[in-house]
Amino acid sequence: MELLSGADMVVRSLADEGVKHIYGYPGGALLHVYDAIFRQKEVSHILVRHEQAAAHMADGYARATGKPGVALVTSGPGATNTITGIATAYMDSIPMVIISGQVPSAAIGSDMFQEVDMVGISRPIVKHSFLVKRAEDIPEIIKKAFYLAQTGRPGPVVVDIPKDITDPNLKFEYQYPETIKLRSYTPPSKGHNGQIRKAVDLLMQARRPIIYAGGGVIMGNASTQLTQLAKDLNVPVTNTLNGLGGFPGSDCQFVGMLGMHGSYCANMAMHHADIILAVGARFDDRVTNNTAKFCPDAKIIHIDIDPASISKTITADVPIVGPVGAVLDGFLRHITDYSGSRDQEAIDAWWRQIDEWRDSRGGLFPYDKGDGTILKPQQVIEALYEVTGGDAFVTSDVGQHQMFAAQYYRFDKPNRWINSGGLGTMGFGLPAAMGVKLTHPDATVACVTGEGSIQMNIQELSTCLQYDLGVKIINVNNQALGMVRQWQDMMYDSRYSHSYMESLPSFVKLAESYGHVGIQVTTPSDLRPAMEEAFSLKDRLVFMDIRVDANEHVYPMQIKDGSMRDLWLSKTERT
Amino acid sequence: MRRIISVLVENEPGALSRIVGLFSQRNYNIETLTVAPTEDSTLSRLTVTTRGNPQVVEQITKQLNKLIDVVKLVDLTEGSHVERELMLVKVRASGPLRAEVKRTVDIFRGHIVDVTSSVYTIQLVGTQEKLDAFIEAVGHAQVLEVVRSGITGIARGEKVLTL
Ligand SMILES: Cc1ncc(C[n+]2csc(CCOP(=O)(O)OP(=O)(O)O)c2C)c(N)n1
Repeated sequence: MELLSGADMVVRSLADEGVKHIYGYPGGALLHVYDAIFRQKEVSHILVRHEQAAAHMADGYARATGKPGVALVTSGPGATNTITGIATAYMDSIPMVIISGQVPSAAIGSDMFQEVDMVGISRPIVKHSFLVKRAEDIPEIIKKAFYLAQTGRPGPVVVDIPKDITDPNLKFEYQYPETIKLRSYTPPSKGHNGQIRKAVDLLMQARRPIIYAGGGVIMGNASTQLTQLAKDLNVPVTNTLNGLGGFPGSDCQFVGMLGMHGSYCANMAMHHADIILAVGARFDDRVTNNTAKFCPDAKIIHIDIDPASISKTITADVPIVGPVGAVLDGFLRHITDYSGSRDQEAIDAWWRQIDEWRDSRGGLFPYDKGDGTILKPQQVIEALYEVTGGDAFVTSDVGQHQMFAAQYYRFDKPNRWINSGGLGTMGFGLPAAMGVKLTHPDATVACVTGEGSIQMNIQELSTCLQYDLGVKIINVNNQALGMVRQWQDMMYDSRYSHSYMESLPSFVKLAESYGHVGIQVTTPSDLRPAMEEAFSLKDRLVFMDIRVDANEHVYPMQIKDGSMRDLWLSKTERT
Repeated sequence: MRRIISVLVENEPGALSRIVGLFSQRNYNIETLTVAPTEDSTLSRLTVTTRGNPQVVEQITKQLNKLIDVVKLVDLTEGSHVERELMLVKVRASGPLRAEVKRTVDIFRGHIVDVTSSVYTIQLVGTQEKLDAFIEAVGHAQVLEVVRSGITGIARGEKVLTL
């Protein structure tokens, strides 16, 4: 058997796990590990400019591929800088392994230079964590970390490694385990057949059914089954913010995103449904609005891999715990055997009603295009959709631009829409796009952002140059923290407390100074040609700074404490 | 409603902090908590009493089950069970009071485990209610110090919580 030092074991374990890229930043506690990285070729390391970006890169990679991303950071400030990134992944159930350096074992607890209790600080935002006590345990712990991160309900796992454990002079037998078992952890492998049958019976008797599908469909790799089911049953489908792409966005059965900024059609259909099939979704408050008024006539079938997600905020009538793909396979089987009849007339009437909700408003997300003198943010996303043929990986930051991207870009495939839904982390978009671009170098990757968000991790423009990451940055620049300003318009009589920034940089010059291409767009007629030019520059990072109407709001918007159908439809109209 | 949740956890460093952290993080309350290794030294058994409506208790058990270190758990209050708490209490015992305290200890089947000329230290085992009743009986004014272990419990009959 091979003898390796702890530091070499860390890197070899990652290689044996099949990891191609790690994103990180060195420091004292990790120097042995960085030396081990230097001496091998299998795993390549991407040097970010801020550890938060390393975590978001790992996250972006994971959302695009379904596999755990890996971040490597030093002790103390290196570790704490990843916390926002870990919390972001935790809220959206994203598989990720964060390896942090730690002060030497004997010094733990002594407030040594750059000591922080990483396992303690990250405890509420990880699926699990390990503090490595013996170098011999490294392969097994890393195997466990990957296993835990990606099975069951995925999530981030922290591995904290004291410096002495990576001592290059102490060598131990190395063998990477092929499989791992944990007696205290058995993620469900299939759903309960009786429950599935019950659910199918209910669904077949539905008169006003709807499928409400979330990020679990994407992470559970179940969009094929979901689409099949929706097609077989001819049921309308709505997606959560994180579920977009789980069902084809340009399909006629798709009624748009639901919830706070969901379509009128989706929210009305949910409110009036008699059976809701919730798949890999968690009845988040940004979906349900006031839970006491939630969908009064609906019986709820809830499929989720995490039993704790079921009946947490909304009680399920038919709970089904299991991997969404396997459970939906069960649905498809039972539907073929189903001997009862369906009320076809009721279903037809339901579709007529849904089409009316859609058409009476002129589509899923109608908006006022204005007099054509000033660019509307919605137009930016529409142009992006057209220029990229609907086939880009789109990451986003947080704010109005994020909602516009979710509304107007129609995602036909899973893993294409990458945003921080649960935590709402500004600064997520650019590093996430970098993680995607690195693993899909030939794909078109666009980061939709705002001038507020982009400045939270703008330093990564430097990383992009170093590794030739030709992402396209679509800065929907309204010269305001737009989403905050919208709330101030609606709830604080337009008292714009700190929701605008003076002294914005020239983003074009900024991009250029980092060695990239900058393009500014100020008039509607320039938008299309500029965007075509940006995307024709295949290998270059292009920063598009696009000036848009600062007074635009995102609509529809659910009215606080109301039901799902209580919506503002524009500045003056409500349901 | 009061609940007694009994949890088998991996005897790993940090396991307890994950459990305690979960309660504070999710705004559940802990009334009492006891923990010690079991006869299998790789496992610890933890007993926690909490209060909440059925939905809250359901979430507590589901969230606890989600912790990787948690091997198994049972809500003892769902079935018939035995629960006990241990209390050590220091009581003023001088003059005519001395005999009175002794009598009360006997009635409650306690033991006097330490004696000075003015103080009895009493050990008492029983349900939470019984221990409360003892303090009432000797009178709060006589009590100098109380230490209680928190509740521990076990299901009656054949039911066992093991691997
Ligand atoms: C790290 C972080 N801080 C604060 C917020 C609160 N917040 C949500 S949206 C928003 C404004 C975002 O502005 P910008 O990026 O310019 O996007 P816009 O809404 O204008 O499209 C803010 C401050 C947040 N989501 N994340």
